[in-house]
Amino acid sequence: MKYQVDELGFYGDFGGAFIPEMLHSNIETLKSEYKKIIAEASFKEEFNSLLKDYVGRPSPLYFAKRLSEKYNTKIYLKREDLNHTGAHKINNTIGQILLAKRLGKKRIIAETGAGQHGVATATVCALMGLECIVYMGKVDIGRQAPNVARMKMLGAEVRPALSGSQTLKDATNEAIRDWINNPSNTHYIIGSVVGPHPYPDMVARFQSVISEEMKWQLKEHEGRENPNYIVACVGGGSNAAGAFYHYLDDLDVKIVAVEAAGKGVNSGESAATSVLGTIGIIHGSKTLLMQTEDGQIIEPYSISAGLDYPGIGPQHAHLISSGRAIVYHASDEEALAAALELSRIEGIIPALETAHAFAALNKMHLKKEDITIMCLSGRGDKDLSTFTAYLDKNPGQHKSDH
Amino acid sequence: MNRLESLFSNKYKEILNVYFTAGHPTKDATQDIIYALEQNGVDLIEVGIPYSDPMADGETIQKSSAIALSNGMNLSLLFQQVKDSRRRSNVPIVLMGYYNQMLQFGIEKFLKQCQLSGVDGLIIPDLPMSIYKNEYIDLFDKYDVKISFLITPETSDERIRLADELSNGFIYVVSKSSITGTSSNIDDAQKHYFERIEKMKLNTPRLIGFGIHDKKTYQTACNHSQGAIIGSAFIRTLNGSSDISKTISEFINRIR
Ligand SMILES: Cc1ncc(COP(=O)(O)O)c(C=O)c1O
Repeated sequence: MKYQVDELGFYGDFGGAFIPEMLHSNIETLKSEYKKIIAEASFKEEFNSLLKDYVGRPSPLYFAKRLSEKYNTKIYLKREDLNHTGAHKINNTIGQILLAKRLGKKRIIAETGAGQHGVATATVCALMGLECIVYMGKVDIGRQAPNVARMKMLGAEVRPALSGSQTLKDATNEAIRDWINNPSNTHYIIGSVVGPHPYPDMVARFQSVISEEMKWQLKEHEGRENPNYIVACVGGGSNAAGAFYHYLDDLDVKIVAVEAAGKGVNSGESAATSVLGTIGIIHGSKTLLMQTEDGQIIEPYSISAGLDYPGIGPQHAHLISSGRAIVYHASDEEALAAALELSRIEGIIPALETAHAFAALNKMHLKKEDITIMCLSGRGDKDLSTFTAYLDKNPGQHKSDH
Repeated sequence: MNRLESLFSNKYKEILNVYFTAGHPTKDATQDIIYALEQNGVDLIEVGIPYSDPMADGETIQKSSAIALSNGMNLSLLFQQVKDSRRRSNVPIVLMGYYNQMLQFGIEKFLKQCQLSGVDGLIIPDLPMSIYKNEYIDLFDKYDVKISFLITPETSDERIRLADELSNGFIYVVSKSSITGTSSNIDDAQKHYFERIEKMKLNTPRLIGFGIHDKKTYQTACNHSQGAIIGSAFIRTLNGSSDISKTISEFINRIR
């Protein structure tokens, strides 16, 4: 089984570029240029030096001793939360901004859910002196206020998406419409492994630094490159794609994707795309998506703005359908409890998105000798108001029970 | 004979194509709108299948789609309405919709329904020409459904030739790089683009759409092609209408 993209932009049955003609020329340019540009020595040098000195890579692979004891197994945390701007998203925006410069683009647009990708885009635009416009659902502007403030501080314009459920899907629609209106001077920095080919592959390549580092880091710790499990949360799936990338053909490594169940997979308020989704087209990609029988896209729900998306990257649709990836679901409540646990046990407050991955630990029946790497995709500063409300509702949790 | 074919073999200029979203302003308005447009001399009607996520559409069509969906509009109902309208109407009708809707309905079933209900052609903005050519061309022929591909100012000559080869209704000339619903005048850059396309001497008739909203823009478009498509401007007039047939005759009189 082949897990990487093929010549036509497909992963098995999933992927492709189903875009209106208005976007064709930009997508075609990206398609013909991205591999060439990424392979250039000068690109690699600039990319790697920014990742090192600006982002702070390599991000540590940390042995989580107390968490391991709690689950009676061995757990390592890949610390993407320690990156500049606080999440994995910056790996991709550094890559794409360097690409945009080489394509001669002067104006950058992006969509964002949790605001982490918006902040990461605003950051690289400030760094390169480019104009930056970020589309964000009105609901998400409300629930991720700290990141909105950061984007503004960085000089980006945050435009509210007012259609649909006013979340990530709608912000993506608005960004695509902006690109249709501004095809020649603008590059669209997509924030996840979604959208038309070549975006899913391009974003996965930029995020693949995560698993590239994991290999040598785990070897240093354990004398072996391969863990038994790699666990990551999946919204569109970019941190997961990066964490899985160099392990996909190592079948001894089980890869685990964790989706947001919202109020429960079958509650009607969920973002569990791999279960609730059927094959269709969203944002230019053929993939699993939540839709009605008539092909109308269903508004998803999750407490986490970054996972509140009715689709899933086409590579993940392929990994899941082919059985290569195992999927778990974490509800709002389970994610909140997991965030609290990680905070209290390891002194690390994770992003709400990331907390979903940690909620899977309860469900995985890990053996003592198993080694698991958790992709700690981001930190939770942006979610403190949600966490505070949770603590207030659960007064028993105010004091650590250790 | 397919109604689109007879239209384009009998009329070579000033073809007026009007777009509306099925189910807007009300679920049952489809037939009334079709009759009124036909009675007022509209040559061709483009019926939009309302979609939750119309990527290439501006606010006007987005809103009309959202209203249509909340009115309970769906594809089966639309086919029934078109079929019923065929008792009194013989105007060519094309459906415009996004690929996902047709995928979920089933492409062959969809094409068959088009033929049975009297739909003459399709516009599917996010269906790549390559996929149509490799997978669907024979099916479209089998059910005698025509297809129109879009070209834009960014489309290369080579792709314009491909659109010419594959389109068998008309070529949809998108007037500028934008989503639907703008209403500015047609500028020199756009005219140059229209002239560039005219000089290519394509085989397929061309209709210019996007941003055509009044007599002047309609005339300019007609000067450079076989005709024009009006969408958002028409939907905006329907929005406040209490008498659809009166609104439509006034609107068409303002255009030509
Ligand atoms: C910290 C963090 N993790 C995960 C995600 C989900 O995105 P993806 O699935 O692309 O990694 C987000 C998105 O905003 C995020 O901010």
